[in-house]
Amino acid sequence: MSDLIEGYLGKRVDGTKSRVPAALDRWQSITGLILGLFIIGHMLFTSSILLGKDAMYAETKFFEGSLFLDEPEPILVGFAATVIFVIFVIHAGLAMRKFPYRWREYKLLKTHSAHMGHTDTILWMVQAATGFGMFFLGSVHLWTMMSMPEKIGPYASSDRIYTDNMGLLYGLLIALVILHAMVGLYRLSVKWGITVRRNPRADRIRNKKIMWGAILFFSLMAYSALGTYWRIGKEHRQNYGERYLPQSTNPSNSSGGGE
Amino acid sequence: MPKHKIMTPDQSSGRELTFEILKYNPRDPNSRPHLETYKIRETPGMTLFVALNMIREDLDPDLAFDFVCRAGICGSCGMMVNGKPLLACRTRTADYPDGRIRLMPMPAFELIKDLSVITGQWMDRMSKRVESWVHAKEKQDITRIEKPVDPDAADATFELDRCIECGICVASCATALMRPDFVGAVGLNRIARFEADPQDERTDADFYELVGDDAGIFGCMSLLACEDHCPKNLPLQEKIAYMRRKLSKA
Repeated sequence: MSDLIEGYLGKRVDGTKSRVPAALDRWQSITGLILGLFIIGHMLFTSSILLGKDAMYAETKFFEGSLFLDEPEPILVGFAATVIFVIFVIHAGLAMRKFPYRWREYKLLKTHSAHMGHTDTILWMVQAATGFGMFFLGSVHLWTMMSMPEKIGPYASSDRIYTDNMGLLYGLLIALVILHAMVGLYRLSVKWGITVRRNPRADRIRNKKIMWGAILFFSLMAYSALGTYWRIGKEHRQNYGERYLPQSTNPSNSSGGGE
Repeated sequence: MPKHKIMTPDQSSGRELTFEILKYNPRDPNSRPHLETYKIRETPGMTLFVALNMIREDLDPDLAFDFVCRAGICGSCGMMVNGKPLLACRTRTADYPDGRIRLMPMPAFELIKDLSVITGQWMDRMSKRVESWVHAKEKQDITRIEKPVDPDAADATFELDRCIECGICVASCATALMRPDFVGAVGLNRIARFEADPQDERTDADFYELVGDDAGIFGCMSLLACEDHCPKNLPLQEKIAYMRRKLSKA
């Protein structure tokens, strides 16, 4: 009954306004915050390849439970990817409410942002566009991690990027993710007044500077890491499918060489 | 009507300014929207108010635009100046080094003619929607001295009461342009103003009934063009975030 009343009238049975819009707004922000923080950690961890294959191997095994399991379990990574995928879908569904969904709305937004030259408005368009792109590219990546969590490692990841032709997808996805996540975290701070309460205007300027710095930093790091995976994948293409063993286990592994 | 107007002979000094101004009368079936070009000479300290009056007096008596106070108080002269919503009376031509200024009417409001729009209807709807008056159970006896109000609370109320309803926050807001039912920063500021007013007895739940939806506080996408263009420098970023936090828990 309450669903029927709220559905048609937008009011609860006590006659007050539905609290669902507040919940939707809150959960859009909460899921965005989780994904934004996750992506920062994700980029830092995947970039461990810049420290060497052994570092990336150790980090992979860590997330497969090497600290508390005798035998690392990739399914743990698959489970984590599934959780992130669910949050990703919820966030996308909630954020879509804000998209321009008619031609007239899109045209107004495009004309307005182009002529007004207002950075935050332009950045929102960037967020909408990158979010739209991630519907597709992000889903492909997450599905890969959910369905093949065992294929993560210095050689397995590099083989996927080079021989399995995922390099271009990751190259595009990195740009979408970094822009969307960093702008999103900045927007969260001004939307809810987080970290900008003492001196809202000055703190907003500071947060925006941090946002640009983070975009630059994570772009440099992520593309350097992608380049490294690409190089390893190219060098390893003749031994596609072979898994990496750390040097302490297999002395024949040398930098740039196969197992 | 010639596309390029000639310069008047008495404007002999100052640099040449080129204005492109939208000309359109939606009530005239023969009128077609187009940008008309006018060239005038800049005078010292010239504002858009002065320039537009010069154009109307010397070049195009048919040009429509709104002004009342000329001092940034009445909020009548909002328009899009090179894409940015500004008060024409407070905008100096000297701020445009290349001397090219394009004027468009503010979007989001009904166009009367050329640069003249009706902000009043929009503001009236907003005022009714947010019930923009003090809600108190006790009826005020206007023959007696009012109860004293805490000076800090009064200052907080007056700070937000400085809004002149010029419509610039609405014209700058992409959300308001895309979603005509969005209450806009001016409406959310009004809610914050009455929330700060100790004489208003409404609770957060009461305010939620007014703007607790996607056309209200939860529709704001925090683009902050309102904050960045408000000619009265109202703390819109801070107050919208504050109301969002409050109403999210209401």
